Amino acid sequence: MTARLIFTFSACAALLLAVLAGVAIGETQIEPGVVLQVLANKLWGAGHVLDPIDEGIVWNYRLTRALVAAACGAGLATCGVVLQSLLRNPLADPYLLGISAGASTGAVLVAVLGLGAGAISLSAGAFVGAISAFALVLLLARASGPTGASAQIILAGIAGSQLFNAITAFLITKSASSEQARGIMFWLLGNLSGVRWPSVWLAVPVTLAGLAVCLWHRRALDAFTFGADSAASLGIPVRRVQLLLIGCAALVTAVMVSIVGSIGFVGLVIPHAVRLLAGTGHGRLLPASALGGALFLIAADILSRTLIKGQVIPVGVVTALVGAPVFALILVGRRHTR
Amino acid sequence: MNAALPVLSCCDLCYRVGDAQLLQGINLGVHCGETLGIVGPNGSGKSTLLKLLANLRVPGGGEVLLHGQPLKKMSQRTIAQNLAVVEQHADTHDAIAVFDAVALGRTPWLSALSPWSAKDTAIVEQALADVDASHLRSRTWRNLSGGERQRVHIARALAQRPQILLLDEPTNHLDIQHQLAILKTVHALPVTTLIALHDLNQALSCDRLAILQRGRLMALGKPLEVLTPQRLLNTFGVQAHYLTDPFDGTQILRLSSF
Repeated sequence: MTARLIFTFSACAALLLAVLAGVAIGETQIEPGVVLQVLANKLWGAGHVLDPIDEGIVWNYRLTRALVAAACGAGLATCGVVLQSLLRNPLADPYLLGISAGASTGAVLVAVLGLGAGAISLSAGAFVGAISAFALVLLLARASGPTGASAQIILAGIAGSQLFNAITAFLITKSASSEQARGIMFWLLGNLSGVRWPSVWLAVPVTLAGLAVCLWHRRALDAFTFGADSAASLGIPVRRVQLLLIGCAALVTAVMVSIVGSIGFVGLVIPHAVRLLAGTGHGRLLPASALGGALFLIAADILSRTLIKGQVIPVGVVTALVGAPVFALILVGRRHTR
Repeated sequence: MNAALPVLSCCDLCYRVGDAQLLQGINLGVHCGETLGIVGPNGSGKSTLLKLLANLRVPGGGEVLLHGQPLKKMSQRTIAQNLAVVEQHADTHDAIAVFDAVALGRTPWLSALSPWSAKDTAIVEQALADVDASHLRSRTWRNLSGGERQRVHIARALAQRPQILLLDEPTNHLDIQHQLAILKTVHALPVTTLIALHDLNQALSCDRLAILQRGRLMALGKPLEVLTPQRLLNTFGVQAHYLTDPFDGTQILRLSSF
């Protein structure tokens, strides 16, 4: 019990520090004292006299960015844990189910072809695309094998992803101007620059709700350790739990992708890294992965804004640049701990 | 409990996958406290029968009754509180510790309202001791040998505290010492046991035997009455005769091919 309290306390502290770092570091130099004063002004009306531009940058631009990055990282890492457990495949990640590919197709349909005649935003298009792609993948998995067979879902996901990626590339080549294509590409690789407060109010509750649902089912997730049959023999209603949790993961991922584009590697690397530290029990693994994902994505966002002066690198590029070597290290390390 | 009523039974059980009829018209009942062995050649439907009896597969026809109630009307959780399964192939690439793997057996008894308690820890310790695996407690799954893994699986099933235990060839990967130890443990447990076995001499120590061949139940009864040389010839395609152990008078099967 005390261990749990200590974890909760350090998690909150680490998260707070990371968000503060995200707010304080950036292109425009803003003194840490000023940052704190802005926060004090906004949170409890401290009434410090400040430059409104500084205030705007800190409150509307950097803080929202850090909070969405945290929510997104936590959400993707949680989804990664759940999918790896349920599908019994260490390669499973939130984008495996065709979700990001579908989102990109949806976004391109809206942005390039003007589908919805301006009534639908890029994000809404991405969300609809993500959910449609996921539904298609599920149908394909179901048509091709017995329900709950994880290999079927993974294969269907790969087929679906390839199809939707091809459609996206086709549409961009055929119809997009070079400026549109550049915008879409940037978004496809993950883009946190467009987020403001409405995105925060969407991303944070969705992540918290997703995490809560998964934590509620932590024993069921544990029971999948030796496969679906074993879980059933331990009293888990396998099909119901699989549908609920995979659906939940798809929904969280679709929301995240619709806000920031597809940010790879978080959902794959973070769960593997955290498993080394926190063990395999989902009661600890889920919150620890959520924390790890949040910290990782805030750090990646800071790097993406500061690595090249005057330019923002797509955050997905940073996560992959850092994530791939880390993943390689984990693979090698795991072999040695045998 | 009425001793005459079977604790687990099935009537007219059928199961098919595609064109293959894996099980056909199986009728049997297991009585409280007995050990029922299931024998048959490869592909005769032993594992499938156990999966149907544990509600891991839905039968194509017929039904399974647990304490006289149809299994399909019960929740998976209720079933798991009565009945535990040791599968033949259950593996993981998670670096799970042995204690935690056995602790999974407590899953059907835990909920938000009844979290893990000292009683659960004691049950897990006892289960580990029952299969002589207490010393493995903090080892990692992937560092275990095949035989050690099998013992951990059995401990997990025991941690469920089931009334009925279904074992699918539990002695498969074990050396002879542990084969005999596991069988002794299983026979000594105060639970009703269904056990699929390959070794016919080991099967002789069951209370009753069910003999399967190509998805049909060929015979059900006391081992020496159903494992006759004629039936062994018909079902397994081997020649067999009984020898008597000069030390204690036990019947032993001697088997040979043509």
